[in-house]
Amino acid sequence: MFHSLGRYLLLLRLSFRKPEKFSVYWAEIMREMVSQGIGSLGIICIISIFIGAVAAVQVAFQLLSPLIPKTVVGSISRDSTILEFSPTISSLVLTGRIGSSIASQIGTMRVTEQIDALEIMGVNAPGYLISPKIIAGVTMVPLLVIVSVILGLTGGYLACLASRDIAPTDYITGLQDSFNSVIVTVCAVKSVVFGFIITSVCSYFGFYTSGGALEVGQSATKGVVYSCIWILFADLVISSLLL
Amino acid sequence: MIEVKDIYKTFGENEVLKDINAVFKPGKNNLIIGSSGSGKTTLLKCIVGLHEPTRGDVLYDDVNFTDMHFEGRVPIRKQIGMLFQNSALFDSMTVEQNIIFPLNLFTDMSKSEKHDRANFCLKRVNLEGKNMLFPSELSGGMKKRVGIARAISMQPKYLFVDEPNSGLDPKTSILIDELISELTEEYQTTTVIVTHDMNSVMGIGDHIIFLHDGQKWWEGSNHEIAHTNNKELNSFVFASKFMKAAREKL
Repeated sequence: MFHSLGRYLLLLRLSFRKPEKFSVYWAEIMREMVSQGIGSLGIICIISIFIGAVAAVQVAFQLLSPLIPKTVVGSISRDSTILEFSPTISSLVLTGRIGSSIASQIGTMRVTEQIDALEIMGVNAPGYLISPKIIAGVTMVPLLVIVSVILGLTGGYLACLASRDIAPTDYITGLQDSFNSVIVTVCAVKSVVFGFIITSVCSYFGFYTSGGALEVGQSATKGVVYSCIWILFADLVISSLLL
Repeated sequence: MIEVKDIYKTFGENEVLKDINAVFKPGKNNLIIGSSGSGKTTLLKCIVGLHEPTRGDVLYDDVNFTDMHFEGRVPIRKQIGMLFQNSALFDSMTVEQNIIFPLNLFTDMSKSEKHDRANFCLKRVNLEGKNMLFPSELSGGMKKRVGIARAISMQPKYLFVDEPNSGLDPKTSILIDELISELTEEYQTTTVIVTHDMNSVMGIGDHIIFLHDGQKWWEGSNHEIAHTNNKELNSFVFASKFMKAAREKL
């Protein structure tokens, strides 16, 4: 375990060496941003609307009684969406979408000697392959989480429209009730950290692939599994520290 | 000139290379031959720095490459071109993008200059007009030629070729061999070729090193190889009936 951690940290250090030519790296960062951001928008939109709607329906089912104001559905849905559902669930989904793609792409480059070709040319392969992905991850995952929050809360509103239990006006009032801005900070920190974990852990497993097609698949699986575990661990640590 | 001095390479308990010494001169096709598992590719990877030798040194024009760190090696690596066994073209890039990739990173050439250079390299390997194709759209022989075009795009001083004929038909193999030989003569590159193809050995082997069991077993030219009494080399070179028959006629 310590051997792997050491290799991971050394790879990160190599990844952030001075680039050979900034313009080439910048183009690569833009390409990764489009791939990670625009490429993941569809799945994030779909899961966010459903998660927001389900959150509102379940909160209404568990908490609605004559003693509790109906606006509570809005405020609890808002807090759970911003604090947990949008950053964590979205990141777990993004691990499957972005992480597996990164690990298999870099792994394939390794087993087909494309990484060797980069090194022979004098290119810092970890820098060229990994740093643009990490930079794109820590910028695009937070943006996707913002989209996810907005759509999650919209999903809750749509669920209220479809249901007879809560009036949409109560839901909107609940969203505005006793808002504490610290939850937005926690959400932002989580999304940046999760973006880093997804891209760096999956890049690590891809970069150290050896063998053939079977091992590329195994690297992608390992990358996704380890990223998910680290995301959940980081979720706990950030929540404990910031809330 | 590349000089290999007392190279040893061990993977765990397995000693793959033992005390290899060799000098590869410019303008010559230097071939490293040997049966599968004899350490040919490991030696090539030690020379280009993809593997670190356990012991020994590799000198590029008297500069010790083995002692250098990554940054120190970059100026030498800019002078290296390499054709890999499976070509190792970047899948996500077109043929032209593959060729100009090192130019993008290491030169200040304008877009049109890079385009001209790509066209020149493609013309040199008889692939004019294939600029916009992706590697997945190319045949094995075409991939090798694009690999060569990429390797010569930076006008290398040292050219390394790993199994240039693997997976190719005999006619295409000969074309690739001739192309490598022409480029070596034209640019006076120090060319090191790893192969076990006997057509290449007999056709372009100016200087041949035969590895057996991780050791340098024999050294000479393609003219000398047919008349050697080295038992291991003879069993390698004249393994096929065709080669045995050819030897009898020599």
